[in-house]
Amino acid sequence: MVNLLMANPDPTVVERAEKPTEPLSTAETAPRLTFEVKNLSLWYGEKRAISDVTLDIASNAVTAIIGPSGCGKSTFIRCLNRMHELVPKTRIKGSVLLQGEDLYSSAVDPAIVRRRVGMVFQKSNPFPTMSIGENVVIGLRLNGVRNQKFLNERLETSLRMAALWDEVKDDLHKPGTSLSGGQQQRLCIARALAVQPEVLLMDEPCSALDPIATAKIEELIYELKTQYTIVTVTHNMQQAGRISDYTAFFYLGKLIEFGPTTKIFTNPSERQTEDYITGRFG
Amino acid sequence: MEIAIPPAPKTFGAPNDPRSVARAMAPPSRFGDKAFEWLTLAMALAVLLLIILTGWQLWRGSSLAIQKFGFHFLTTSTWDPVAEQFGALPFIYGTLVSSLIALFIAVPLSIATAVYLTELAPLWLRQPIVSLIEMLAAIPSVILGLWGIFVMIPWLRDYPFPLLKRLFGWTPFFSGPIYGTSMLAGGIIIAIMILPIITSVSREILRSVPDLQREAAYALGATRWEVTRVAVLSYAKKGLFGSVILGLGRALGETMAVTMVIGNTPQIAASLFKPGYTLASVIANEFTEATTDLYLEALFEIGLVLFGVTILVNLIAQLLLKTMTTTTSATRAVQ
Amino acid sequence: MTMKLSRADNHRWRKVKNALASVTTFVSAALVIAPLGLVFFHLLVNGASSVNWDFFTHLPKPVGEPGGGMVNAIIGSLELLALASVIGIPIGVLGGVYLAEYGTARVNWVLRFVADVLNGVPSITWGVVVYGLVVLRFKGFSAYAGGLALGLIMIPLILRTTEEVILLVPNGYREAALALGVARWKTIVHIVMKTASRGIITGILLALARIGGETAPLLFTAFGNRFWNHNLGEPIAALPLQIFTYAISPYDDWHRQAWAGALVLVTGIFCVNVMVRILTRGRTASVV
Repeated sequence: MVNLLMANPDPTVVERAEKPTEPLSTAETAPRLTFEVKNLSLWYGEKRAISDVTLDIASNAVTAIIGPSGCGKSTFIRCLNRMHELVPKTRIKGSVLLQGEDLYSSAVDPAIVRRRVGMVFQKSNPFPTMSIGENVVIGLRLNGVRNQKFLNERLETSLRMAALWDEVKDDLHKPGTSLSGGQQQRLCIARALAVQPEVLLMDEPCSALDPIATAKIEELIYELKTQYTIVTVTHNMQQAGRISDYTAFFYLGKLIEFGPTTKIFTNPSERQTEDYITGRFG
Repeated sequence: MEIAIPPAPKTFGAPNDPRSVARAMAPPSRFGDKAFEWLTLAMALAVLLLIILTGWQLWRGSSLAIQKFGFHFLTTSTWDPVAEQFGALPFIYGTLVSSLIALFIAVPLSIATAVYLTELAPLWLRQPIVSLIEMLAAIPSVILGLWGIFVMIPWLRDYPFPLLKRLFGWTPFFSGPIYGTSMLAGGIIIAIMILPIITSVSREILRSVPDLQREAAYALGATRWEVTRVAVLSYAKKGLFGSVILGLGRALGETMAVTMVIGNTPQIAASLFKPGYTLASVIANEFTEATTDLYLEALFEIGLVLFGVTILVNLIAQLLLKTMTTTTSATRAVQ
Repeated sequence: MTMKLSRADNHRWRKVKNALASVTTFVSAALVIAPLGLVFFHLLVNGASSVNWDFFTHLPKPVGEPGGGMVNAIIGSLELLALASVIGIPIGVLGGVYLAEYGTARVNWVLRFVADVLNGVPSITWGVVVYGLVVLRFKGFSAYAGGLALGLIMIPLILRTTEEVILLVPNGYREAALALGVARWKTIVHIVMKTASRGIITGILLALARIGGETAPLLFTAFGNRFWNHNLGEPIAALPLQIFTYAISPYDDWHRQAWAGALVLVTGIFCVNVMVRILTRGRTASVV
């Protein structure tokens, strides 16, 4: 368990503008992989929700998961940050590697996984008893960060990354629930980004929002992908076509097809994919 | 945005994880989760401990008396502290009779009120009445008893009791002299105390009847009352019965108000005008006066009987109620 | 010979029955509320004039002498409530948290059932139990014993109300917090309980109002005291106890004071209930 114990560093030392030690991936070289999923299956009790999924998630890219209702999309991304474990009687088989490490090894604490793999949910849920500012930094606070200066810096950084800073910078003390639907969702994104994850999982983030708010969030996703790996579940195919680099099509718990978005949408290999894309079922 | 991309850390939570935030956060400990779960479990188990402790304490405190009197304790009607002869029958009788009187008065009124509140009353009137009933429920037993002694008893003695005697004096129930403090007064005051609980639980039961039932009856052209009678009341029968049993449980345990108006005489008499005595009242009155060990133990045994009876009645009530509504609404009404 | 009622007649009769039902049930409702009005009326009439400065500042006078007050009983009640809270609140709240957040369906069903049954046990039973546990062992009535008896009543009460409100907290908040890598227990304490805090406090206040009026469990635990209590290991006065003692006494002056005490007690309880109503205003089923 040695690698779980971190020496508690001086949090006043804030690392800024670190130079990456590895070159960024370019379009010509093979994409770096954040997740490598091999033969993943999941059971809720007796019912098999995901069957034998093998998939690689590229870094600094947006991967969209599409498919009709009940096909296992939400279940799948919950396997990427071990959130499925909140439901009793779930069983998993296969492997998920995050940056080459086994996510499900017994030495790994799910809490650390979730710090590295953040999540934004379908229904925005800023904590009702907290202000906007408190909402953003709550992840840091509850994980032991006390330094107020550090928290304030992360607060501004995260809200800027979520394209919300200018709108709320004078209202940080107001309750989180006083914002509009779209703003609340961006607040939730800021909250997730504050703990500086490597990956952002998004479970139908725009399904409860109007088109204008949706457009803002799609723009945000497009900008965030340079810093983060993003996996988003969406039931809106046009959205997947707009924002994602790669698309995975799920049906009845199986991965039917996966590939670059342009290929999936213009020249899918599988018949089922084509049927879904063209709206023959769904 | 000028945030640089951090390189991927080599292992989970590695000390050289260059991400500033990851280094700032404290490592999670699994100890906290387990400790909290055990702590809350221990607290929750307190209720089990409580019920076992109560039963055991009552049993232990009455062991001498149980040894001496055995089962006859429940069937003997002598209560003579001087001669050290103790029988619980007068109190069992008093508890049962006063509770039955209370149910007889309270159940029709409560259920009718519940029906009014859920089906027949104009909407604006409902919440005010509900609030008033909640206020009645909040009145402590001793205050109702105070009112009982100085207001209710004199009034009963002057008006209703003589009337009852005139009308029904030929029956054994309303014969004999009128003192005021009486079994009947005890029953009436218990009725007042259990009205709120039967009303509110019945109301929850009636509210939980699905609207589909009502709509079906309306669609057949039934009047409001007919809808209530046919679709609602018959569907809710079991739950309503549960609320009555719950009221009975409450009635059996009523102590202070009853003690103050029932007369506290251990006797078994047919006339409701005669004073009576209940299990709870004898404990309240005589516990601190118990001069001998056997006396005290006899009172402990009365407490054991009372405990056993109310547990049983409440058990039945809860089982009946749980099959009808969700747990939350029925128990919220209880409080 | 049966006479067939014409359709019009039958319909009129059904309308009459309908009206009759409305009237009867309305009268029932009025009868149910009536005692409330009567009790309040007499409390005011008989007690208001006696609730004076003396009442709140003086100790009881010796038996038979008129005058005096109930200040020791009022303070005593508050002390007993504080003692009861020490036991009742932590056990009740944390136990309620367990039932809402942990456990298995079967275990929780049993615990809930036991709590509900306990809530129906006559309060005098707790007095008898604590008498055996504390008063006999330590050979004397005490504020501790009285506080314990009241605290035991509080436990299943607060357990159920806490559990209810925590169950109402939407699961989305738990998920959001856990997805940030926050430990489970911190999620429960800092997010879930905080969200439900209004409801938890409401439950506590209601429990306090309920046990503040309890007399029976105190009869042979706290026992009552004509003077100040200087040591929690000694008998202590309580307002409901004092009311009871005075009410059944043969002295008119004590009766007058009993009414005053009753008015003060009821007012206190009603203030708490009003506070609860204000706290829960506009929040019928949600805790948000």
